Formats: sequence, structure tokens, C-alpha cells
Amino acid sequence: MAYFYNTPQDQAEMLKAIGVKSLEELFASIPAPLQLDRPLDVPPALGEIELTAHLQELAARNTPATANVSFLGGGSYDHFVPAVVDYVASRGEFYTSYTPYQAEVAQGNLQAMFEYQTLICQLTGMDVSNQSLYDGGSATAEAVLMSLAVTRREGRVVTIGSVHPEYRQTLKTYLTSLGVELVTVEASGGTCDLEQLARVVNDETACVVAQHPNFFGALEETDEIAKIAHDAGALFVVAFDPISLGVLKRPGDYGADIAIAEGQSLGTPMQYGGPYLGIMAAREKFVRRMPGRIAGQTVDRRGKRCWVLTLQTREQHIRRSKATSNICTNQGLFALRASVYLSALGPQGLREVAELCLQKAHYARGQLTGLERLEPAFASPVFKEFVVRDRQHDVDGLVRAALAEGIFAGVPLGTWYPELSDCLLVAVTERRTRQEIDQLVAALGDRASSSPSSAETASYA
Amino acid sequence: MRNTRATQLLFELSHPGRRGSRLPACDVPETSLDELIPERHRATAPTPLPEMPEPEIVRHYANLSTFNMCIDTNFYPLGSCTMKYNSKRNERLANLPGMVDLHPYQPESTIQGMLELLHQMQQMLAEISGLEAVSLQPAAGAQGELTALMCAAAYFRDLGETRTKVLVPDSAHGTNPASANFVGFDTLEIKSTPAGYVDMNDLRAKLDEQVAVFMITNPNTVGLFETNVREIADMVHELGGLIYCDGANMNAILGITRPGDFGADMMHFNPHKTFSGPHGGGGPGAGPIAVTGKLGPYLPSPVVAKDDTPEGPVYRLDFDREKSIGRVRSFFGNVGVLVRAYCYIRTHGPDGLRQVAENAVLNANYLLSRVQHILPVPQGDRCMHEFVASAAQLKSERGITAMDIAKRLLDYGMHAPTVYFPLTVKEALMVEPTETESKQTLDAFAETLFRITDESPELLHEAPHTTPISRPDEVTAAREPVLKWTAAEN
Amino acid sequence: MSVEDLLFAKTHEWVRVSEADGGKLATLGISAFAVEALTDLVFLELPEVGRQVSAGDSFGEIESVKAVSDIYSPVSGEVVEVNDELPNKLELFNDDPYGAGWIAKIRMTDEADLAALLSPADYEKLCAEEAM
Repeated sequence: MAYFYNTPQDQAEMLKAIGVKSLEELFASIPAPLQLDRPLDVPPALGEIELTAHLQELAARNTPATANVSFLGGGSYDHFVPAVVDYVASRGEFYTSYTPYQAEVAQGNLQAMFEYQTLICQLTGMDVSNQSLYDGGSATAEAVLMSLAVTRREGRVVTIGSVHPEYRQTLKTYLTSLGVELVTVEASGGTCDLEQLARVVNDETACVVAQHPNFFGALEETDEIAKIAHDAGALFVVAFDPISLGVLKRPGDYGADIAIAEGQSLGTPMQYGGPYLGIMAAREKFVRRMPGRIAGQTVDRRGKRCWVLTLQTREQHIRRSKATSNICTNQGLFALRASVYLSALGPQGLREVAELCLQKAHYARGQLTGLERLEPAFASPVFKEFVVRDRQHDVDGLVRAALAEGIFAGVPLGTWYPELSDCLLVAVTERRTRQEIDQLVAALGDRASSSPSSAETASYA
Repeated sequence: MRNTRATQLLFELSHPGRRGSRLPACDVPETSLDELIPERHRATAPTPLPEMPEPEIVRHYANLSTFNMCIDTNFYPLGSCTMKYNSKRNERLANLPGMVDLHPYQPESTIQGMLELLHQMQQMLAEISGLEAVSLQPAAGAQGELTALMCAAAYFRDLGETRTKVLVPDSAHGTNPASANFVGFDTLEIKSTPAGYVDMNDLRAKLDEQVAVFMITNPNTVGLFETNVREIADMVHELGGLIYCDGANMNAILGITRPGDFGADMMHFNPHKTFSGPHGGGGPGAGPIAVTGKLGPYLPSPVVAKDDTPEGPVYRLDFDREKSIGRVRSFFGNVGVLVRAYCYIRTHGPDGLRQVAENAVLNANYLLSRVQHILPVPQGDRCMHEFVASAAQLKSERGITAMDIAKRLLDYGMHAPTVYFPLTVKEALMVEPTETESKQTLDAFAETLFRITDESPELLHEAPHTTPISRPDEVTAAREPVLKWTAAEN
Repeated sequence: MSVEDLLFAKTHEWVRVSEADGGKLATLGISAFAVEALTDLVFLELPEVGRQVSAGDSFGEIESVKAVSDIYSPVSGEVVEVNDELPNKLELFNDDPYGAGWIAKIRMTDEADLAALLSPADYEKLCAEEAM
């Protein structure tokens, strides 16, 4: 085996030094009836050449979104990842180290984390950031758990139908265990029904959870939502799109108390859904209720500026059952990627990426809804994603027709919203060209209406 | 050698007008921002990010990276974290475009290779755990614990039982009681015996029909196999409770014994530990869980299902699971970590996995046998994959603490063991060498410990001496937290 | 101020009882022994004024870098005043634990609570045992 050092001779010497006769004897504390009396039934070992061929074969039966033209979104996006991001993250000093328990030999990671926290505060306009959570969905749940602790209200949590359905499902799973009521306000017009929101937020409500731009790509009336939440003494939790902040107001500027995000857009590949980056930032007064690791600046014994893990008493390894969260690991490598990405873009680059997404999404929306078959589902302003309705009520047919042309047309919404089963969510990143958008329009236009439904089996090998 | 200029903070290196990227010109007809986004939503100022050209970003991070100790460069016996070699082939293969560039909502017909891999992973983890059903969704071990406890809670709800308690040994990871709390259970601690095992008398005293789950780490955090585990499981099962196995220490028992065979009903894997992750400076992990058949229906959705058709197997995501607790995160799971774990398991095969455990346990025992006369191991002269030595004697005799030893090891180019955990051992040094280290490295580590314990306490109290920084002032960091850079104070 | 006027809880809080508005007022803090055992204190969470507590309730927290300790109320009653400057002057715990380092004042509802507390001499014995 390529990763072991011990030869049979090494083993013999070591066993002798230990004072046992065999490897089996080292496992004598495991009662014999509990020991497995056969080899594990897993496939035989593969050498590197065979393994490579095997993985290549599996990979060949996938169609990378990057090989097709992808208009898929819904929380994971085909944004461009600069090479410098891959370079930094692939340095062994970053990816083969672990949690900086020994700050003296982890200043690289700790400083990078401190920089990440700063970048997230700059991006969001919030006061404090942690070192990351798992992903957008669990970050939503963590923000709500934090709200329960901050407000000491455990009666109700209010969210909106326009928040990512999987974030809401995650939230529901977490709250079911705790017996907290989850109320979902309608967004049948594509954005939050503010009147209904005002009715359901009461003095037992810990927080209001919104997404902006929301799951449909549309902009929510964040000032109004913040006011409704705050008037009732509830916190305003917002899930934001980091890229959108190149053109949109920052959560800290419209009254968010806790801002969370799926950070995949910031330099992390899509990798079929994870690992991603759960971003969380909050107002300073809530910092001691935040989940996850936090880096802080201090000095060493010689007075040199340095960084450590701090405010650790919040965490499970110290506070155990009373910890602010059960989280232990962070997504350090992806927080690092986000930092490199944001540094590479800078203020100007972020604005340009955001504007490209915005312009191209609107071009695509205009072209698609110019087709006889499609119409805009909602009227609200959008950022990089929008919903179109198929007048022929055959979204699967549209998806298949596009796929036959090597295009991922978008995400059918019927999966989560039965009432929107005739709708498609289309995302347009800065990578999409006018030509690709026109191809999509063509594929969903005349050709979609005439294409046979068996087109799915087109050549993707 | 140090390039201290490049390791200033990004924000200090920033210079107005510099940039690290060029975006293409807009190739669609442009509409004015006023028309697209109402003014009330628009940013009023540029985002205050640093402005840097690409070479400066590279130099900054490349220099910063040299401040880290890592597995690629150093022996890293950080107990409980299984810091084994991170295979380079796994990195390359997980980064094949056909693996890494897949969108989570692609049509299933376009990801059959990925779904096959994930299905295989479910099967292999079921086999390795000795448990029937697997969910790959949880994002880390702690979330795996949480998820499994949620499944247990749902299971008891279905039985019409309201069980309120979770039992956790006092030597357990903090995630165990924290996870129990967030599923609404009260945690009761079970004492450890001086020998390091679950105290059966204390367990008997606290075990009743209100106990939903006993969470056991096996091998436990002092590196011992709980020899009574089967009896413990029988006692808990007798009263209708469930056994959760924290799989943090699976590296010791791969192919030797299986949690399902010693009575566990649920467990999580830590692929970033057992299946060589990597650890990523703190994460990502992944936390797949395996459970018995009766708990399978409660696992999160979706799972990967395989349909045999005349044209061959077809893989799909199965959402149609009415008893499922739902989701614990967005999208499928930490797939990038799982692909690496898959590569790891396939590289080793059945014999190789067993050899992982054998060599991990051999290395730990060898190191234990070499150091215990200097650093006593209160829980005996045998261990599994790790052992917990105590510097209590050194402290009382010479004033040398576990922390001093840990810090001084850094000067000798070795990462410190985990210190002051578990809480049940005074002045604890938790050493886990892993199987991917040589006898020579272990000898060198032992000899370094001998040398350190001969050094003057004064020298040790001030250690480390050769690292980029000396000991940081953690008190000030916590008292007056500075959690971000601000232009004003720097 | 004399330590001899104080009573101590086994959980290391001290109490000084005085007369106020025809009732008993308990001023409380944590003992010098506890302050030393906790080492470098970094954070104090004060109880809320107005809160009703029962003897033995956890109603505040004190943290060092790597440990958290609950502060338990030795007596029952209503929290009528807290030492607002203390969280920002944690050194008062070390400098004057039985004076300026007071944490809260409680208007007592049950004088019988005092019977369960230790005299300075008995508390000293307890500390000697714990230090072993």
C-alpha cells in the first residue's frame, strides 16, 4: 500500500518493542465475538492507474455544467473561478493543516481567517463575521437558533415562501426538534406578502427570515421587512447573494441583524452541492451568541501582532450542552477561496461581475419572454435570476429540448412549488455570452415546440 | 528569509486603482441601472474591498502559507483528528471536470456516474459500519450526530414515546452534548472509571426508560476499546433506548470490528479523518451517517437509489420517503469530500482498510511503549489508535505542563498533540500518530519528548522560540475582541 | 470591609446581608478563591435587574479564556441592582473581590436561605479540601 511505511520487518521490531507477539494481540481488548471474521465486502484495491481510469470512467458518464451551457441556479452558480483561487487553495500548507489549536504554527490560517472575517464585514456592512458555517441551508438554521437565544423567544419563527425551499426545509427540520412554530408567509406574487407578514409577526416571534434577492431572483422590500420585524422586537435575518452586493445595498445598510449566505459564488466550484461556504455576519452586540469559530487579533509575548481563535467559550468543546451551536469544523478552505476571490475582484471587479450578471439576465429575460410560449412569472425587479412561465405547461419538455442542444435551461420549480409547475428558474452569470443566451432562446423557441420528447437520450457520453 | 511586507494584512497592501481581474465587456445591449434596479435597492458606494493585482495576492498567500504547519511538511500527531497523509491522487481525481463541475440540480440523466459513485459510497459505508442504511447528507461529524439524534427523536415520536434524555460519557467530544441539546434532549453525563471506561455502575444508576440514546465513542477518546460495549448496548436496548456511536475513531477498527456488530444503532463517519479528508485548515468535513434498518426511513432525503433496468442500472435521487426527518442542509451533501473518501476506500480495498487500522494501532502502541516511562499513560500500557499521556507528574515535580511540552514540540518541527482533552485526564496530551508515519518518525518524536522533559522549565514556559510568533495573549484577545481590521486603528 | 461579615455558598459565591426598606438586602459576589481558580477572567454576564431568582438558580456567567462558570444566586428574591461597571473592569474581581467586585444586590424573600450558607471559617475549610 502506497501510504504505509511499515514493512513486515518494521512491524516485527515494533511488536517486539511493545511486548506482543502479533498484530492480532493488539486488538485483544475487542472481545472475539465482536471481531469481524471475514474481510470487508468492499471492492478490491485499485492502484493509481486503475483508480484514475475508474474515476475517469465515472466522470465520463457525467455532463459537467461547464461542458454544457448552464443556466442552472437556485443557490449554486456557474460563476467563473480565477486560477489564482485554485492555486492558493491547493497549497498543502492550507489544505493539509487543521484547526489552528496551536496558534504559533498556524498564523497563516489564522491571519487568513481574520482577513476573511474582515472581507465579509466589508462585503455585508455588518459588524462581525465568524469563520464560516457549512452552507446556506444550515447557516439559515444556525441564524435562527441564534435568534432564539438572542431574543429569548421560542414561540415563533417567520419565514417567506420566496426563501430557498431547501433552506426552509432545513429550518423546519431543526425547529421540529425544538418545538418552535415555523410560519411561512406567502410570496405568490414572487416576493413577500408584506401585509400577511405584518399580521403573523407577533411579540413571540424570534426572527423574520428573508432572502434578497430571493429564490426567484427577485428583490424583496427589505426596508419594510426590517421594520415589521423590529417593530415586534424580532430580529431580521437575511440570506443574501454575495455577488449581488456589487450593485445592491448591503445587509448592514438595510437593517439586517444577522446576514447569512451561500458563499459558493465566491470561488467555490459547484461540485454537485458541496462542500460550500456558509457565510454568517451579525451585529456586534450578538457576537457572543454566534455559532462557529472566530479569529481575533492580539499580540504575542514579544508584542508582535498575531491572531488566535477567540471567544471560544461559546463553543461546544468548552460549553458543551450550553454551546451556541454544536458545530465544530468550519469550511476553512472555502472561506480561504472566498478571500482570494474577493481580493482578486476588488471593488471594481465585484461591481463588474454583478453588472454583467444583471445585464445578461435582463437580456435573457427579455429575449425568452419575447417567445410566444413563455411569459414572465413575476413582475418584480430581479438580479441574476428570473422565473418564466410556460404557456404550454410543459417545463420538462423545455428542459429536454434545451438539453438536446447541450444547454441546461434552468431549474423547474414544480419540485418545490406545485403551483409553479409550469415555471422555470433561469440563472445567468457573467460567464454566459450573448451567443449562448441566443442559443437558449432558440432552443426554447420554435425548436422546443417541434422537438420530440425522447430528446433526453441525446449524446452526452 | 521572511517576507514581512507580503504578510501584512490584505487591507494594508491594498492600493487604490490596482486590480486582480479583468472582466469581459458586456456583449448584450445594456439597460441603465436606474431602469433595472430601483434606487432604494442600489448600493450607494463601492464595496470597500482591497485593491490588489494578482501577483501580490499570490505572494501574500504563498508567504502566509509558510506560517502553517501541515501534514505535507510535518509530523502532526493531533489526537482525535486523525492527521494522516492526504493523498494527491484523490485531489486530482476529485477535480476532474466531470466530478467538480456538476450543478446540484442537473437532470439525473446527466450525472449517472456521480450517482453511481454516491450509491457505491452508501453501500460501502453500510458494509464498513455493519449498519443497513446510509445518508450522505450531513456536512460534518457534528451535523451527523445531530441528524442521527433527530432520526431517533422521530422514531420515538412514531412509537408514541416521549423520551427526554441522552447519556454521554464525561470523556466525550463536546459536540455530543451540544448536538443532544439542539434536538431538545437533556444530557446526562456518565462517569468514566479510573481505567478510562464507561462506569457501569453510574450507567446503571442513570439508565431508565426516559433515555432515548446513549452516545458512545468507541474506541473512546482515551484510545480504549470499550470492552463492555455489547453489554452496554444490551442494557440500553432492553429499556427501548438506542445506541449512537461517535465514529471519530473509526481509523482504529476499520475491518476489525463494526459498530453495527457491537450494538450501535446509529453512527457517523468523519471522512476528513478516517478517509483522509483533507482537513482544509479547519474544514470542510463531511458527516455521513449509518443506521439500522428500523431507523432507515427517518434518514434525511434524498438518498441515492438504484433501479435495475434491461439497459443496465439507472441511478436516481429518492425523495419519496414519507417518514424522513427532511433536510439538514441545502443540496445533496459535501460531495467533494465524499469523492475523495471514495477514492481512499477504493485505493485500499478490504485488506488495505484492515491494514490501515492495524498500522494505526501498531504505531500508537509502539509510541506509547517508548514514551510512557517519561509521560505516564494513566489508562494503561495498551491503546488503540491513540493514547492520552499525562504531564501531571512532571507538573507537580518540575512545573512542566502539558502546554509547555506542546509548545516546545513546535520548536522541534513537530505538531503538538491535542492538549487538555479529554477532560477526564489531568494535563492530558492526546497522541494519535496515524498509520502513515514511519518507525523512524515515531522514534524521533519519542526522543524529542525525552529531550524536552530534560530541558529547563524556564525555557519550556517561554516556548516556542523559533516559530513565527511566540505565545499569543489570548486573554486580551477575549477581553477586548478585535475581530476585523479597521482603517481607523491600524 | 471584613470577610468575617460574609456568608459563602458551596458554589463559591459570597453574600453580605444588610437591612433595607424593612427587609433584607443581599449583596453578592464571587470569592477570592473562585477568582483565582478561574484564572484570567475575560467576560462577565450580569443578571438582569428585576429578575426573580430562587436560591441555587444560575443567573449569570463568568468566563475565562477556556472555561465558563455559572454564577448561582445564594438566596431567593428579586435582583434590584447590578454592578454595571464590573463587566468592563474585571480586574475588580482580583483587586477587591468582597467590595468593589460585588456583582448584584437581591431583595431577599426568604431569610431561611441563609441557614444553608457557610461561615468564613467553614468556607475556608471547603476551599482547602478543593485545592487538594
